[in-house]
Amino acid sequence: MKRVVVLDYGFGNVRSACRALERVGADVALTSDSAAALDADGLVVPGVGNFHACVAGLRSVGAPRVIDRRLAGGRAVLGICVGMQVLFDGSTEPSPHPEPGLGEWPGTVARLAAPVVPHMGWSEVEAPGPSRLFAGIGDQRFYFVHSYAVRDWVMATPAEAGSGVAPQVTYATHGHRFVAAVENGPLSATQFHPEKSADAGLALLTNWMETL
Amino acid sequence: MSVAVRVIPCLDVDAGRVVKGVRFGSLRDAGDPVELARAYGEQGADELTFLDVTASSAGRETMYDLVRRTAEEVFIPLTVGGGVRTVDDVDRLLRAGADKVGINTGAIARPEVIADIADRFGSQVLVLSADVRRAGDGTFEVTTHGGRTGTGIEAVGWCARAEALGAGEILLNSMDADGTKAGFDLELIRAVRAEVSVPVIASGGAGRVADFAPAIHAGADAVLAASVFHYGELTIHEVKEALAADGLPVRMPPQKVSP
Repeated sequence: MKRVVVLDYGFGNVRSACRALERVGADVALTSDSAAALDADGLVVPGVGNFHACVAGLRSVGAPRVIDRRLAGGRAVLGICVGMQVLFDGSTEPSPHPEPGLGEWPGTVARLAAPVVPHMGWSEVEAPGPSRLFAGIGDQRFYFVHSYAVRDWVMATPAEAGSGVAPQVTYATHGHRFVAAVENGPLSATQFHPEKSADAGLALLTNWMETL
Repeated sequence: MSVAVRVIPCLDVDAGRVVKGVRFGSLRDAGDPVELARAYGEQGADELTFLDVTASSAGRETMYDLVRRTAEEVFIPLTVGGGVRTVDDVDRLLRAGADKVGINTGAIARPEVIADIADRFGSQVLVLSADVRRAGDGTFEVTTHGGRTGTGIEAVGWCARAEALGAGEILLNSMDADGTKAGFDLELIRAVRAEVSVPVIASGGAGRVADFAPAIHAGADAVLAASVFHYGELTIHEVKEALAADGLPVRMPPQKVSP
């Protein structure tokens, strides 16, 4: 049984994420313990609310180093919602205590330009053919709730991406196109909530588990 | 490529039990909100709303347990409202597994609590629930106590103020239309849509499948109904088919065997 740690740093409705992962066969631990997070077969980084507060929370439990060490060893990490946003360079979201992002990927998180924000609900995605996360479910809708997103994916080549394989970037549209998911070697992330996306979301988590 | 119209069943819950009778044939326990939530999830509901109508504090504890059990079994978003007054109330519901929390009377009594909640948890968790009735002069008034008590607060301005304070969504319940099954109050939806840019959920008045699309054309992003779903008069799937026939985007998950 694959062991998955869901990182507990005070942000995110983590109960559903844990149960969804259990539903698809993971042995799940909810913890902020670095040793456990390093040791697990997969690490899930949830996140809701303010970008900067999430980054501060992650730093307070030593998560950036854990993530770096896992990636250096080619071990899977999955960011969800703001847990995806924090992987980029930074965010324009207002904060009294602004924090830079973890900088795993280039790009800035910015407010969605759409008539109705937050983007709240089920949207289609444009997944690239070779995507492993979306295998068999590329035509499904997933549940989003966010006001900020990364508009453009700017990392181009496999060399830049730090692995031999070009990153797979999935887009969705709300007012304009934005990055809905990224698969970059061991580091994957979704702007939507797979744990809230019914059967499609469980299928995506199953696909991720198969990469562990 | 646009976001799907959300179809949301609402369950009134008292001390852990569904209040209004529910006629779902094959459920073992049609009064159990968790079982109903699962059934609605399988029917293709896009979200669930629990409205806690419990008066006693012992009943409130039951609600947290209920939210916990639902969030562990049903993998679609869950909003919980009813009796929410403080940041701590929101914290407990979110920890139990709610994705969003509805606030109504608590925000009327103390509007700043909207900002307190949004600052702590983000706007996306906070649904302002407004029970609205038409006033004699053609304006809309916010009410409490199920529409029986007027507040003197003009409803459209109240929704806009709630958005400015940090509400991430508006649940707009027409007390005039509620229970009539004569359709949503489209004028009310239009008036609020014109003043807010957060999502608007239309509630109150749904009776036929044809009632739903006009609410979306009037500016709602989602539709909520209770009795028409509970009594089996309409199914989630029928409503979505009608919306789709009207050219509106809906989520049509692969059909499962009906519950």
